Amino acid sequence: MTIQPNPTGKITVVALVENKPGVLNRIASLFRRRAFNVDSLTVGRTHRPHVSRMTIVVDSERANPHKVAANLSKLINVIDVQILTNMPHISRDLALIKVRTDDADSRNNLTEICDLYPARIVDIGPEVAIVEMIGTEAYVAEFIERVRPLGIVEMVRTGVVAMGRGTRIYDTEYEPPVFTKNGAAKHTNVI
Amino acid sequence: MKLKGAEIILECLIREGVEVMFGYPGGAILPTYDAMTKYTDKLHHVLVRHEQGASHMADGYARATGKVGVCIATSGPGATNLITGLATAMMDSSPVVAITGQVTVPAIGSDAFQETDVTGATLPVTKHNYLVTEVEELAYIIKEAFHIARTGRPGPVLIDVPKDVQNAITEFIYPEDDIHLPGYRPPEGADDDEIEEMLDLLKNAERPVILAGHGVTMSGANAELQELAERAQIPITLTLLGKGAIPEDHPMVVGWMGMHGDAACNHAIQEADLLIALGMRFDDRVTGNIKTYSPNSKKIHIDIDPSELNKNILVDVPVAGDLKTVLRQVLPKMQDVSHPEWLNRIRDWQEDADERDILKHDTSGKLLTAQVINDLWKYTDGNAITVSDVGQHQMIEAQYYPHQRPSTMLTSGGLGTMGFGFPASIGAKFGKPEEEVWAIVGDGGFQMTLCELATARQENINVNIAIINNAFLGMVRQWQELFYDRRYQSTPMLSPDFCKLAEAYGIPSMRVTDRSQVQESVEFARSIDGPVLIEYVVEKEEMVYPMVPAGADLHDMKRRPKTGEEA
Repeated sequence: MTIQPNPTGKITVVALVENKPGVLNRIASLFRRRAFNVDSLTVGRTHRPHVSRMTIVVDSERANPHKVAANLSKLINVIDVQILTNMPHISRDLALIKVRTDDADSRNNLTEICDLYPARIVDIGPEVAIVEMIGTEAYVAEFIERVRPLGIVEMVRTGVVAMGRGTRIYDTEYEPPVFTKNGAAKHTNVI
Repeated sequence: MKLKGAEIILECLIREGVEVMFGYPGGAILPTYDAMTKYTDKLHHVLVRHEQGASHMADGYARATGKVGVCIATSGPGATNLITGLATAMMDSSPVVAITGQVTVPAIGSDAFQETDVTGATLPVTKHNYLVTEVEELAYIIKEAFHIARTGRPGPVLIDVPKDVQNAITEFIYPEDDIHLPGYRPPEGADDDEIEEMLDLLKNAERPVILAGHGVTMSGANAELQELAERAQIPITLTLLGKGAIPEDHPMVVGWMGMHGDAACNHAIQEADLLIALGMRFDDRVTGNIKTYSPNSKKIHIDIDPSELNKNILVDVPVAGDLKTVLRQVLPKMQDVSHPEWLNRIRDWQEDADERDILKHDTSGKLLTAQVINDLWKYTDGNAITVSDVGQHQMIEAQYYPHQRPSTMLTSGGLGTMGFGFPASIGAKFGKPEEEVWAIVGDGGFQMTLCELATARQENINVNIAIINNAFLGMVRQWQELFYDRRYQSTPMLSPDFCKLAEAYGIPSMRVTDRSQVQESVEFARSIDGPVLIEYVVEKEEMVYPMVPAGADLHDMKRRPKTGEEA
């Protein structure tokens, strides 16, 4: 199957990984040694305590998503890998942007821009305000360009998280073995 | 039964079928060495002289037997010394389990004496690794480690065990259940579409070539390979590590491919209209320039590692699966076909092969490596396990010592690790005590790990060491001659008197300077029950031909100048 990148050339890969120490290190080490160029990588918890979910965005010009997925799958602690780009999905990036607001004009301008986007001012003072903006990576980028003339003094973006639409559930029933003090490993849930 | 962690390690090794382990003691692994005193009847520990030797011995054992080889080292420098051997095993998919001591759990991260982040350092050179922080997990982790090392695409697995975990006591219950690793699912067979596509290509090919790699033997698909080649009349070309996958005198075998491989193989690959790549990975040493590689062929690639498919060479039918399983799916549905014209063309190329005329050279006063290897082949009945090192002698071994059985030609193919040959031969002999084992090494590589002479003596292990001494780092010198205008920077090499060195270690030895002595040297080696060292003093400035210069087109081979024209 050929993966069609979205119009920006970005391909989104999601992976379910064991939530234990060192797993992020394994993945970072893999990307470094295979020279995979990654635009963004996020890792966060899921509804399962032992499973984390990673969202990796690669630029199709700079990294082959099939290679990324095949190599990720080789890691023992990576439970499953999926390339999301060909299926309908929601993707979100979050930015916190600290903007200069030291005169009335800039405060008004900021409020007006925020009204046009799913953005809100979450902290405001006499000199600076913090704006929170949530949307697709491209939408967040667009918003940033709108507020840039006001004077951005600090910014952070979380990187993209993504999820397929509808009833296509991407999940695992993975539970790690439980080690009792008598040394026996019990599988509470084997898939 | 309450046991210490150290005892659990050894109990688990015994349950995995381990009989011998190669290692070196030290502070952080001492509890495990102390526990060994209770298991001497079941587990033999070989004391090496450098941990690198332990990792190569475990690797050599694994390659010769197909079983998991085990090496043990202490924390810090002991563990870091294993890394070259782990990287070697990783590149050649050799199943090795390394157990290392670590500083106590509370001391981890404090730069304690002999502390190194070994799981961090070995991440890129192991298939997987573990830091055990709870003694309760130890048995389960060891079982997992052996499972991962030997299944799928095999490879090395390291288990780092802090000293306090080795000393901790817990109830030992061996995990009898199967291993459940949801993130580890080696592929099995091909799907129906893939089989149909393969059958279609096989039926319609006019100039098919099989490329058989290390995966054939690791998958145990040797008989299936032979059936495929015979029924569809497809010539077989072998990778370096694929040698032995099928008897090399089988009529369908053309030879081995790549940089110093048979010219006929490289021509056949370039002219083919179908490549069937089986358990190989299109390494740059076999493809040459990938832009001009086999330009007119459709390509089928079967490999157990999905990340190898479409990695170096884009193929038409990539199949992730166990080779034996996939071939067993294909063969019953395959039509028998023949391609007599194609086979005749290949035979013409074979007759044109020029490398063998070197055997006829009049060498009064000088001895050529090819002659030594050819005569070793002859007088060992072509039936020994040879373990070569890296360099000219390695290529010449591959050219002049045809192998008839799987797992009898051991060499560091992927990583090209000088110093591998001699210690790996010790490991191979422990794994196959009934076989005649020859380490074939150069004067350079041998000096990297010659400290294991003491190990060979202490164990009285019956390996025959053939040192091909040309007083140069020969392969580097060859490149300097061809590509650096003969500026022999740092390649002329002074060596000790190898026979006196052997004598110092209490090892019998012989020096051979004339071809007439080779037979005698083999008989001498065979007459001694224990290690023997034979030094073959060969011509200093030999060349290995044919040669595809790095990055050149595969058919663009430098050939041996005709007899009489030699430079």
